[in-house]
This record gives sequence, structure tokens and C-alpha cells, in this order.
Amino acid sequence: MSFSSILSLGQTALELGLISSLTVLALFLSYSMLNVCDLSTDGCFTLGATVGAVVAIAGHPYLAIPCAMIAGVTSGFVTALLQTKMGIDSLLAGIIVNTALYSVNIAVMGNSSLLNMNKTDTVFTKMKDLLDSTFLAGQYRVIVAMIAVAAVILFLSLFLRTRLGLAIRATGNNPDMVRSSSINPVFTTIVGLCISNSFTALSGCLLAQSQRSVNIDIGSGMVTIALASLLIGNAFLGKGRIPVRAAGAVLGAFLFRVVYTIALRFNMPAFMLKFVSSVIVIIAISGPYLKSQVPLLRRRAENRSGRREEHA
Amino acid sequence: MLRISHISKTFNPGTVNAKLAIDDLSIHVEKGDFITIIGANGAGKSTLFGAISGSFITDSGRIELDGKDITLEPEFKRARSIGRLFQDPMRGSAPGMSIEENLALAAGHGGWLSSVSRADKKMFRERLSLLNMGLEDRMQQPVGLLSGGQRQALTLMMATINPPKLLLLDEHTAALDPATAEKVLELTTQIVDGGKLTCMMVTHNMQTALELGNRTIMMDHGKIIFDVSGEERARLTVADLLEQFKTASGKALDNDRMLLTR
Repeated sequence: MSFSSILSLGQTALELGLISSLTVLALFLSYSMLNVCDLSTDGCFTLGATVGAVVAIAGHPYLAIPCAMIAGVTSGFVTALLQTKMGIDSLLAGIIVNTALYSVNIAVMGNSSLLNMNKTDTVFTKMKDLLDSTFLAGQYRVIVAMIAVAAVILFLSLFLRTRLGLAIRATGNNPDMVRSSSINPVFTTIVGLCISNSFTALSGCLLAQSQRSVNIDIGSGMVTIALASLLIGNAFLGKGRIPVRAAGAVLGAFLFRVVYTIALRFNMPAFMLKFVSSVIVIIAISGPYLKSQVPLLRRRAENRSGRREEHA
Repeated sequence: MLRISHISKTFNPGTVNAKLAIDDLSIHVEKGDFITIIGANGAGKSTLFGAISGSFITDSGRIELDGKDITLEPEFKRARSIGRLFQDPMRGSAPGMSIEENLALAAGHGGWLSSVSRADKKMFRERLSLLNMGLEDRMQQPVGLLSGGQRQALTLMMATINPPKLLLLDEHTAALDPATAEKVLELTTQIVDGGKLTCMMVTHNMQTALELGNRTIMMDHGKIIFDVSGEERARLTVADLLEQFKTASGKALDNDRMLLTR
């Protein structure tokens, strides 16, 4: 394999990693901070993609971004409302919203499950025009993704230090404390999920514009892929201050793509992506638990062999 | 200050497990009162605190705080004027957040989108140094690294950083080792006396119940069976208290922990 093809593969991994890292940052807020596993992520990702695509096709590639994010906020608001005000378990609330979003997404695309943006102006083509004939011309896709990721990390770093941000973190960190404090957990959960879902939708919107098409399955399995990335990032930069941990989430998304890209080079079929991400999530979450069981298993084994020796 | 009139609460009503935890209870707490509360297990002491702070809504009756009817107010709204400490030191602070962040949350200064001001940081440091635990030099460390006693002292500070109209202490030293418990109790009296706070404290230590504060109430089966203050209380001994319980409730006080620590 030539050097230039390695470079272009690395670039693809970087670009896809950065775009999907926006979803990872969304889970960083909802899963790591608020301690809610938001299973509406897949549908919300697709919602961002479809809404963004429809607005871009109408000729407004920039407007597509806030529109997609507002759609994400709405979806997050509904998910949060179901679990805080209507007594529905948080996992179930996510699944319900996810299912409903499937219909919503088909409707947004005008009763179709596929939209093509080949002749549409996107934020990526705009950036390409802007950078034309500069030395960065070839990097326009990575640059757009990088700007979005930097903006989200900056926002999270500042936001999680505010009083509202601290209240959201406390809601996830010690619900008992929050219940008997002056923080209203309903309010913090709603705000947290609205923000996190706006990032998920932004992620979907950028992926759609980058690959110039949307289909109804664009977001399927996204929550597991993002969770895998988040946990990989945690392993490297899981401790320390918020900006470091947020950067870790992005690093995780990139590493996940790199591993995936390498695996593809070794002839792993592309359809294995979701299987691999599931395995990573299983290992990352059950690993620490299994490790804690090792002493018990060892003592049991020792006991058994000890008894055998006594009998001998 | 706090006026509770005829509140009742039954848990699991209409089932075999139905329990009348608070039975037509009324009490009036004056501003500046420091009331110690004793009673056997299941007498309704913690339930009373739950009713006051809004963990649940009472079945009947009325609760007024500082002239305002709070009977139906949600817990987080009442928490602005009521501070509460539990027996479990892990319950009052967020372990994954730093000492400074926990205090900033408790202080709640500024708008929702403001971050901790420099003046606040300085104030936190000064307040922490009063605890004599060296916490003022560990402001950026996660609270999860603190010992139980340190965490309870921090919780006490968090609950009183904005002087609450009412401070509820629910056996807040019971889970600590004796030396630490002593220290936290000392801090408690310091803070309550210093800030002239109105305070209600559940304790299982009869001696403490008589030594601290200006009024002692005894609870049994969801009722207040004995309420003493002033000179009468000053003359009271632990033995008198036990005798009093026997006459008021018609049985001996059966709380082992209480008898052992007298």
C-alpha cells in the first residue's frame, strides 16, 4: 500500500471520527455527566441528518445546521419529559422516542427513505470554494468537522463550569443529594438532554452533508458506536478536568475509526462495524466488573485444588 | 417560625403494611430554638423531618415556615430555606465533583450561567479553614477522596453556607467513629450558635439530647409524648428521661443503641 493511500485512509478516519465524535460528546454529556443512557440517539442522529438535508436541498446549507440542532433539542425535550414528568423509565423513554422518530424521519424526507444531495450546496462545498487554491484546499472536510468539534468542546468546557452545568453534573453524580437540595432534577435533566441531543443532531447533519446523501438507516447503531468511542476515550483520558475528558471522547471516536479502517484493510467486511462496536462496549463495561470477580474465582479454584490435595 | 398543625402520614395505606408514621402531630418551633429529638426506632422522627422538608406530602394538616404555607411546596423549593443532613455522610455531596464545585452548588450565587467568582472561592477557603481539617488546601480534589467525617463536616458547611431558616439534623453523627462524631458535633454547635440558626436535631444519645439546645422532645408512635424546655429541662437527668418515657408511653424504652450510649 502506497504512502498516499495510507494518508487518504487516515484522513477519512479523521473526518468520520470527528463528525461522529459530536455524538460521542453528546453521550459524554448525557451518559457520563447526567448518567442517563439516551437510547433515542440513533433516531435523533437520523433526525438531524434528514432535517439538515431537507433544508440544504432547499438551498440553505448554513441554515441547515441550526435547524437540525433545534430538531435535536425538540427530540431531547420529549425524551426528557417522558422520563421526568410522565413516569416512564429513562431507557424505555429513549426507545419509545427512537421508534417514533423513524416515522418522523420518513415524513421529513417527504415519504421517502432516501435523499440525494449530489447537486446540493453543503457547508463542505462552501468551505471547499472558500479554501480554493490555498494549501488547505484538500483538507476542507476535516476543517469543517474540526471547527464543529472545537466549538462543541469549548461550549461544554465553559458550560459545565457554570452553576447550571454543576447542577447537571450533580444530578448524575449523586441523585440522593440533588433530591434533597434546591436543585430541581426535572429541570437539569431536561436541559441536559436538550443540549446533548442538539449535538447528536448536529453530528447527523454534518455526516449527511459530508456524504451527500441520507437514508433512513444512517443513524442505526450510532448509540453503541458512540458509546464504544466514549469508553475507549475514557481509558486514555478519563480522569482530570472536563476539557481533557471531552478531548478524550474525541480521541476515542478517532481511534475507533482508525481501528475500523485498519480492520477493513485486513478484509474485514464493512457490515461487521456494528458487531465490533458492540463487542467493544461489552468489554469496556463488563471488564472492570469481571476484574473485580477475579479474586473470588481464584480463591474458589484454590479451595478446590486444596481439597483435592487433602484427599490425595 | 415553624408551625406544624395536625399533620398525619400513613405509608402504604389500605394494605397489610399500612403504617401510621405521623399521627395528628402539632408543634411550634420558635425562631432560634435548638430542639433535640429522641425516641425509639420507628417513632417517626425521620418521617417528621421528611414531612417538614417535603420528601413526601402529608395526608392532612398544615405546615408553615416563617409565616408561609409550605404544605404542598415541592422539596427543591423548600430546600432553599431548609438545610438537611442525613446519617449517611455520602448522601450530602457529589463524590465526582471537587470540594469547590460542591460548595459553589450549595452557595448558588449568581445566575444559572455564571461560574464561581473569585470572591466566592476566597469565601469558601475561609469557611473551610474554620473546620480545621485542611480542606481549604484541597479545594480542587474530588469529594469522593474525603473521609466520612470530613464529608459530613463539608455537608454541614454546604447546608449552612446560606443560613437556612431551619436546619434539620437527622442523627448526622451516628455513622462516624466516636472521636470524629464529637468533632462534627462541636462544629455543629459552633455553626448553629454562631449563626443563631433555628435547628432540630434527632439524636440517639440521651446525654447529648439534654446537653445541647434549649428544648427536648420525645416521640413515640408518630406523636410527641414529651416536650420539655427551660428550667425543668435543666434539672433533667438521663434517668428522668427514661422514666418519663415509661410513664408517657406505658412501656420501657427499647432502643438498645440508645440505652448503651447513655
